[in-house]
Amino acid sequence: MKHLPSERHTLSILVDNEAGVLARIVGLFSARGYNIESLTVADVSDDHAVSRITVVTNGPPPVIDQIMAQLDRLVPVHKVVDLTDWGPHVEREMALVKVAGVGDKRVEALRLADIFRARPVDTSTASFVFEVSGSSEKVNQFIALMREVGLVEVARTGVVAIARGAEAV
Amino acid sequence: MGTEMTGADIVVQALTDLGVEVVFGYPGGAVLPIYDALFQQNRIRHILVRHEQAAVHAAEGYARSSGKVGVVLVTSGPGATNAVTGITDALMDSIPLVVLTGQVPTHLIGTDAFQECDTVGITRHCSKHNYLVQETARLGPVLHEAFYIARSGRPGPVVIDIPKDVQIMKARYTKPGVISHKTYKPQVKGDLAAIEAAVDMLAAAERPILYTGGGVINSGPVASQLLRELAKATGAPVTSTLMGLGSVPDDHPQFLGMLGMHGSYEANMAMNKCDLMLCLGARFDDRVTGRLDAFSPTSRKIHVDIDRSSFNKTVRVDLAIQGDVGSVMEDMLKVWRARGHRAADQKAWWEQIKGWRSRNSFGFEQKGDALLPQKAIQRLYEMTKARKPIISTEVGQHQMWAAQHFGFHEPNKWLTSGGLGTMGYGLPAAIGAQLAYPGALVIDIAGEASIQMNIQELGTATQYRLPVKVFIINNEYMGMVRQWQELNHGGRYSESYSDSLPDFVKLAEAYGWKGITIEGPDDLDAGIQAMIDHPGPVMVDCRVAKLANCFPMIPSGASHTDMILSAADERGEADDDAKALV
Ligand SMILES: Cc1ncc(C[n+]2csc(CCOP(=O)(O)OP(=O)(O)O)c2C)c(N)n1
Ligand SMILES: [Mg+2]
Repeated sequence: MKHLPSERHTLSILVDNEAGVLARIVGLFSARGYNIESLTVADVSDDHAVSRITVVTNGPPPVIDQIMAQLDRLVPVHKVVDLTDWGPHVEREMALVKVAGVGDKRVEALRLADIFRARPVDTSTASFVFEVSGSSEKVNQFIALMREVGLVEVARTGVVAIARGAEAV
Repeated sequence: MGTEMTGADIVVQALTDLGVEVVFGYPGGAVLPIYDALFQQNRIRHILVRHEQAAVHAAEGYARSSGKVGVVLVTSGPGATNAVTGITDALMDSIPLVVLTGQVPTHLIGTDAFQECDTVGITRHCSKHNYLVQETARLGPVLHEAFYIARSGRPGPVVIDIPKDVQIMKARYTKPGVISHKTYKPQVKGDLAAIEAAVDMLAAAERPILYTGGGVINSGPVASQLLRELAKATGAPVTSTLMGLGSVPDDHPQFLGMLGMHGSYEANMAMNKCDLMLCLGARFDDRVTGRLDAFSPTSRKIHVDIDRSSFNKTVRVDLAIQGDVGSVMEDMLKVWRARGHRAADQKAWWEQIKGWRSRNSFGFEQKGDALLPQKAIQRLYEMTKARKPIISTEVGQHQMWAAQHFGFHEPNKWLTSGGLGTMGYGLPAAIGAQLAYPGALVIDIAGEASIQMNIQELGTATQYRLPVKVFIINNEYMGMVRQWQELNHGGRYSESYSDSLPDFVKLAEAYGWKGITIEGPDDLDAGIQAMIDHPGPVMVDCRVAKLANCFPMIPSGASHTDMILSAADERGEADDDAKALV
């Protein structure tokens, strides 16, 4: 089954907001050899009882099914949804991108940032930090362009995702 | 709203309220308050083992033979880490346990305090669930929830780590009513439409087979009864995994014996050639399937399991029914009867099976004068079966020979480490079973190497006057290792000879046991009889042929149809891919 072509899937996992739960989820991926492309987690409930984890993973469809089933049977997991299977959904990622340079490079960096709607959130005479958000591809593309104008370092949040429409997952 | 009690008293009270009669444990600094609370009561019996690993295996033996939750109490640090093998064993074999571990006081957690270890971190992936209890008030609810989680759904071990200050502080405790959990809700009833579809597939099959596993045992004795009814209604042959033995009586005309690596030829061939496989509470383990791409190529497959993650893990099935296997079988029988189904004509199928059976794959040939291990187990079975013994095993050839040659007729009589294959399991498991059934004949069928892994438990049996029997199939080798070295590594017996063995009789006597030696075929019956007749614990050193191999065998990386039936069939050394398999 592992020989089928790999697919990228975005999973939303609602879990108890308790110590050790994240370790349980992450450990499940490493113990069973599943991939994690990105992972985000934050408390999303009024009473701080539930956290939402977004995992981007990849694998052949049977492996994705297995990941879902393995996650679902963990005691502190409320719900697991495969947003990729669920249907239309929005995926966003944010990155902070530091660029250093003077003269033309600096002007070019600002111009490109403008096209990507990236905002400078820190400025010095020799550097910028841009905040850019969007799909992972957009963020990738922006970072690739910044390489040519003095990229220094990048911090990324990883993907968060939510289904389109009025319904909650 | 309940009375104020110390955390330690809450632990004891909650265990009492949960109906716990026996706790297996070993004291230490971080659990002294709980030991003090145990000292001051007489409802719960504490069994002092000699090593924490054995406490867990004993609790497993108790749980598997009785169907109750096994309870373990150990200290922090080394107490907890010693328990890890047992906890993992229980996870792999789906055995309901609650393991209480002491922990350093909360203000010292994370400081590398004396006997501190990250117990919840270490056991996170070898337990079904675990807790670090940081407030005394949480102890009662956590204990009750832990028992519920351990025994419901797919059973497993639950670890509760309790810092010492939490044991000493006071809080109110009330016995809770029915436990439910906000997220954990195991599905017991199977989907009716799926069950109806399964019944129709079963009724239409020409070559059906029921492939049953430990889930049938875990579901409770009623499930074994229902399985027999289902077999009768459908007329289908039944095979069982190592874990499921006893759910159908060994001498049932439709029973083909155990399947898998050391299973019967007829069971494996029938799995390969069937047109419909109904898997009931088994999980397509690699020891059962052999080479996956050659596994039962022509069948449609139905899988009934309480754990959704068992579906399509290694083998794709056509229909998956999530639910308790007993409940699903009950519904299947109802639908079967309501629809007036009759067993389809399976004459040709049974003819074929008869042909495979006639190969007598569990047969063995007496050559020379040495006592054959298979013969020893066969006689042990014949001479004890009237007593309906409970059998535990260690791990190795003797375990497989016991599965092949000891007949099981009821569930919960066969305790063996299947998933993890833990040497050292059998003696403590037998002790646990003997505590659950003080009057039963409980025998650990052991290997001379495995028995030494928890040999210290001889003392536990002596202390509690448990008449456990240990029957060592002594071939002076780690036989199963030696067999693989013979088949796959050119007969280079690297470190598999059991050198410097103790004098088992003297060893037994040193612990207050009776020791018996069986030197060869002539002593066999007398030795077994003397073992049965002795009212106390007995260790039998049964000397058997040293180089016997366990057949039949599906070599690693081979398919069901490539079974080696006897030494005469042995083919050359395996290729590297096959050698890489465990
Ligand atoms: C704790 C542990 N260590 C190692 C093994 C690997 N192993 C499997 S069978 C076996 C040999 C067992 O020898 P013995 O108890 O004499 O049984 P025999 O095969 O000779 O019947 C070994 C070392 C294991 N299963 N468990
Ligand atoms: Mg041996």
